[in-house]
Amino acid sequence: MRIVVLLKAVPVVGTEKMTGGWLLDRSAGLESNGNDEYVLEAGLKLVEAHGGELVTLTMGPSPATEAIRKALAMGAARAVQVVDEALAGSDALATGRVLAAALQRMEFDLALAGADTSDGQGGVVGAAVATRLGLPYLSYAAAIEPDPAAGTVRVRRISPTGYDVLEARMPALVAGTQLLGEPRYPSLRGIMQARSKQIATWSLADLGIDPASVGTPATWSAVLTATPPAQRAGATIVRDAPEAAVERIVEFLAARRLI
Amino acid sequence: MAGAIWAVCDMVDGLPTRHGRELATLTWALGRAASRPTASVLVGPGASAAADAIASHGPDVLAVDADPGERPIAAVTAERVAALIRERQPAYVLLGTSDDGRDTAGILQALLEWGALVNVSAVRWGDDGPVAEVSVFGGRLVTESRLTQDHGLIIVRPSAVAAEAAERPGGVERIDPAPGADLAPVRVVDRVGEASAAVSIEEATVIVAGGRGVGGPEGFGVVRDLADALGGAVGATRAVVDSGWIGYAHQIGQTGKSVKPQLYVAAGISGAIQHKVGMQTSGTIVAINKDPDAPIAEFADMMVVGDLFEILPRLTAAVRARRA
Repeated sequence: MRIVVLLKAVPVVGTEKMTGGWLLDRSAGLESNGNDEYVLEAGLKLVEAHGGELVTLTMGPSPATEAIRKALAMGAARAVQVVDEALAGSDALATGRVLAAALQRMEFDLALAGADTSDGQGGVVGAAVATRLGLPYLSYAAAIEPDPAAGTVRVRRISPTGYDVLEARMPALVAGTQLLGEPRYPSLRGIMQARSKQIATWSLADLGIDPASVGTPATWSAVLTATPPAQRAGATIVRDAPEAAVERIVEFLAARRLI
Repeated sequence: MAGAIWAVCDMVDGLPTRHGRELATLTWALGRAASRPTASVLVGPGASAAADAIASHGPDVLAVDADPGERPIAAVTAERVAALIRERQPAYVLLGTSDDGRDTAGILQALLEWGALVNVSAVRWGDDGPVAEVSVFGGRLVTESRLTQDHGLIIVRPSAVAAEAAERPGGVERIDPAPGADLAPVRVVDRVGEASAAVSIEEATVIVAGGRGVGGPEGFGVVRDLADALGGAVGATRAVVDSGWIGYAHQIGQTGKSVKPQLYVAAGISGAIQHKVGMQTSGTIVAINKDPDAPIAEFADMMVVGDLFEILPRLTAAVRARRA
């Protein structure tokens, strides 16, 4: 099995900062996106079960390298990083375009992506990449079961009423969730081996993409204002014994017409 | 006439979701503010039958009775909506942040080369286009953004507005557009229903959620009882889902669902940032926790310091008595 995992490096949730130009500061402190680590783990298990190789694909500035090294330490064979100053400020549309162009230059049976990212929270890039490349798109995966002999993959997709079992021919793109299982910790041996693994860097020129079609100049979304949210008045603290506490909760909810 | 504003509304089991109804109401309000025509698009089995319900929210309805057969509904929806957008050229198309809504939006992005405002919690009509509010940075900032083009997708979270009937219903048009794309085939081999997923936490107006403080799977009994008494749904933190105490469908937070009920009761939940980002915009937040210093005290409206096993059953009884 040849697997490519789309891996995004994101700011640690709760520590995000903004740059002067209304952009998310990606200059330091990046880690692997949570949902991407779940699909990375699923991909590593598939390679262990079926043989083959797992490669990560990241679009992101040089501070993303730390997250990529961790993926290599977890077991990825090598990595591709699309780096270009012109990419700063790219929206979901441009990101989909760039990742599709990079993926087109790679050979794989399965491309795996997290269902969404904690920074953008769009959850649209996987579907867009698959559509651009004419790949079957199987999303919100709780389990991924390829059948290499048949050349097909089955995915258990979470649905509003339970789950669906989806099937498609490979190559295919699968967007996965936390239900794929907890990611492993890199072993000391893995960390040592990762040092000698290759991170290929590709520029927009390598991908044949016009820099004017990505980044801030091409974004469809312009920030007008950024303000702290309206603060709550501060919690009413209740320390009464249970009976009295419940009376106060009921009064509080009734005053707000919630019961 | 300036381009129309459309909503693509989800259906589950042939009925429009609450989220879908909210999008119709939001689209109606934007259309009024902008003096532009509006439409709600329904795609799927039963779209015609569901059309009148959606029409009551104001926009005209484009009902496409496409039978997905063995195909995912998002793919079928995206193909039909892409064809309709190309034919009728609306300016702005609102979709929901549901799994199917985001899948549909991603496919449309690639088919139409349309950009999007994503993860939007409110939309108003600005000087000459929609202005979207988005909660970013784990809720520490709220941005207002506009589209840089005169058209685009807007992907809206639940509870941006309350769904309400308009003064007059929209007209209903049944149509059967040819698919506007030829997506790679994906077959739905099986559709499996699970009782635990019966009440969608995104559709609920009241959520009672449990964290580590409930102690184990049995501990969710008192949480469930209160949720039932309040007519709400049961939520959970990632820690308890990871521990297998309750299913992932109930998980609220960074890698789970984002919710905005009118009332959020957090039982035995400390309020870590990963949970907070999924529920902090809830209307009223009541926390019950043994630890007065739990971070949730910083963003709750009422912080009850005590044992949830002593408080929840009494609260359930009090709510039931009040409703009786």
